[in-house]
Amino acid sequence: MRRTTSRILRGLALVSALALGATACGSSDDSGSEQKQVSAADIQAALKKGGTVNVWAWEPTLKTVAADFEKKYPKVKINLVSERSGDKHYTAVSNAISAGKGVPDVAQIEYFALGQYSLTKGLTDLAPFGADKLASKYTPGPWNAVSDGDKVYGLPMDSGPMAMFYNKKVFDKYKIAVPTTWDEYLEAARKLHKADPKVFIANDAGDAGFTTSMLWQAGSRPYKVDGTKVSINFDDAGAKKYEAVWQKMIDEKLVSPITGWTDDWYKGLGDGSIATLTTGAWMPANFTTGVPNAAGDWRAAPMPAWTKGEKASAENGGSSLVLPALGKNKELAYAFVEYANSGDGVATRVSEGAFPATKAELESPAFQSKKFEYFGGQEANKIFAESAANVASDWSYLPFQQYANSIFNDTVGKAYVSSTTLAQGLKAWQDASIKYGKEQGFTVE
Amino acid sequence: MTTLQPPAAAQPRSAPPPARKDRRSWTGWGFIGPFVAVFALVFLAPIVYSVYLSLYRNQLIGGNQFVGLDNYTQAFKDEQFWDSVGRVGLFLVIQVPIMLGIALLVALALDSGRLYGKSFFRITIFLPYAVPAVVATLMWGFMYGTKYGLVGDINSAFGVTLPNLLSPDWVLASIGNIVTWEFVGYNMLIFYSALRVVPSSLYEAAEIDGAGQLRVITSIKLPAIRGAIVIATIFSIIGSFQLFNEPSILRPLALNSITTDYTPNFYTYSLSFNGQQHNYSATVAIIMGVITMVVAYVVQLRGMRKGA
Repeated sequence: MRRTTSRILRGLALVSALALGATACGSSDDSGSEQKQVSAADIQAALKKGGTVNVWAWEPTLKTVAADFEKKYPKVKINLVSERSGDKHYTAVSNAISAGKGVPDVAQIEYFALGQYSLTKGLTDLAPFGADKLASKYTPGPWNAVSDGDKVYGLPMDSGPMAMFYNKKVFDKYKIAVPTTWDEYLEAARKLHKADPKVFIANDAGDAGFTTSMLWQAGSRPYKVDGTKVSINFDDAGAKKYEAVWQKMIDEKLVSPITGWTDDWYKGLGDGSIATLTTGAWMPANFTTGVPNAAGDWRAAPMPAWTKGEKASAENGGSSLVLPALGKNKELAYAFVEYANSGDGVATRVSEGAFPATKAELESPAFQSKKFEYFGGQEANKIFAESAANVASDWSYLPFQQYANSIFNDTVGKAYVSSTTLAQGLKAWQDASIKYGKEQGFTVE
Repeated sequence: MTTLQPPAAAQPRSAPPPARKDRRSWTGWGFIGPFVAVFALVFLAPIVYSVYLSLYRNQLIGGNQFVGLDNYTQAFKDEQFWDSVGRVGLFLVIQVPIMLGIALLVALALDSGRLYGKSFFRITIFLPYAVPAVVATLMWGFMYGTKYGLVGDINSAFGVTLPNLLSPDWVLASIGNIVTWEFVGYNMLIFYSALRVVPSSLYEAAEIDGAGQLRVITSIKLPAIRGAIVIATIFSIIGSFQLFNEPSILRPLALNSITTDYTPNFYTYSLSFNGQQHNYSATVAIIMGVITMVVAYVVQLRGMRKGA
């Protein structure tokens, strides 16, 4: 740490130098060549010739898919890097693209972050590979997220209609009914925490993805995007509904201040100190691999509603596989993406607990009646499929959502550790996002 | 050596002067060439390039354009930036005196010759400096934890509620504690080695004059190591202004307490890597570099004047 002043400066300048170089490359690529059509025969030829495909993705079922793909095409080697997820993953991808070096051939990008990459021309249009003909295979939500006009920036890997996973053992032990509305949820949270101060109904240390999904379900529509025109406003009826309940959860210390995907989090999910988890339907695969010791304890239930009997859901997460513009071996990379997200790989991934974005799988009786051993034999996919049908489709994320999410804890996070309220925190987030949008040349209202 | 060269012999030879001059200058360049090349490449070029970058702005919409000094005017009005400068300023005026005070005390104790197991004591205090900052921060971070950490264990063992050291009110002090732990040994070593070169004749003279230990310290030891104290202070000032490792490593444990603009360096990092605002980031880094230079220079001037 204690070095000369110039050290950071130097590093920064070098990084920036690389960035500038990359920008130059990028722009020449765009103007240079019209993307040519790639036929199925071209792809087959590439598969015969073989090569290596570097894949950066943390989706756990891809390991099996990669192995199967290599078995089917022995000359192709899939180099799967799966250690990073979330912010760290995007920083790594952005840095590689900026540097123009070490760019993965295939990357996992969540739907919320796609805008930033497609807007800056960081992704390969997959329509010339034939991806545009796959539109009818996918449910509309995910397909809208990956496509823009006649361009296709990725193939949907999974989708995240939300559900509430709950630890049945804990609920049974304290004889508490499974909540169906958020008011009941608050009540259950109080009872659980009173019965055992070590037990919290949920963990929440401030998570942008969770909060935006909650707002989505409550009917709030903070982001309106029309090309480069953006408006951001968290002051609506939906947001107020969310604030009313969640502010009490925070004030009464009913949420455990544990960050998701940490060791403490897995520990909490395993030992019953985190009793519910409201998240996307892709979660079961992570339960099986991440919390194996709690097999049989957990069940899935519909996401609590804001008013009794109302059927509204939202998406949380869900991601696609994309081909960064600077990646290599495009034919092979596309072949892998197509195999994993549209071809034989889908069945493999579904069997390991992934939640597909393909209609055929979602509607198949085998999928719907699949018994999850982890959930004590529950046919959880029925709940997820119903949730998928109830997702309001008019939500949109910012084209710079990834940046906005990176400052979520600077602004809304204050509500979790100080006297700042959620409403004030959301306002601060709104202001900071507007400021950034303006600096980046968007028309912001 | 110069007397060996016969000056008279040079005159009659009268070789063509330009050639000789030329040759001499080339020899000089040959010697400093490697240094100049490396210096230009790793020191001057990046600074020049940063200044160049700071005059442009690259936007998601609108691309790259020349904006003159706009980035600088923005930075001077940027509350986030000045808040972070204020934070490291506060850190500087509290943490640095504490750290240097402890280091000085330990150095004087070691130098007094009244300690048993002196070398063991010395190595123990120096040891934390040998621990990489990343490891040290992770270790302290786990100790600070109220859930599974030392603080949590103390809370549950004694039924007390210690303050949450990772809360917004405490986290700067917690970082100060980590930095103090890491660098007391390093500063102690600077002071101690300066104390070792004080000639023992001075101590003998003081003893003859009947000076006590305290008098020896204030009249001999401290004045003798003033230079070392100034140097250590300057290092510490630079270190405080560049605070980055500790907050960035601690952040996953205290997401809501340590913001992405917590220190100036953290702010430049976030601007660059989260916001892709490389140009503005370069601007902030340059301003911070200048501030650091000015503060360090003022301290050096003052320190040296007193020492004279």
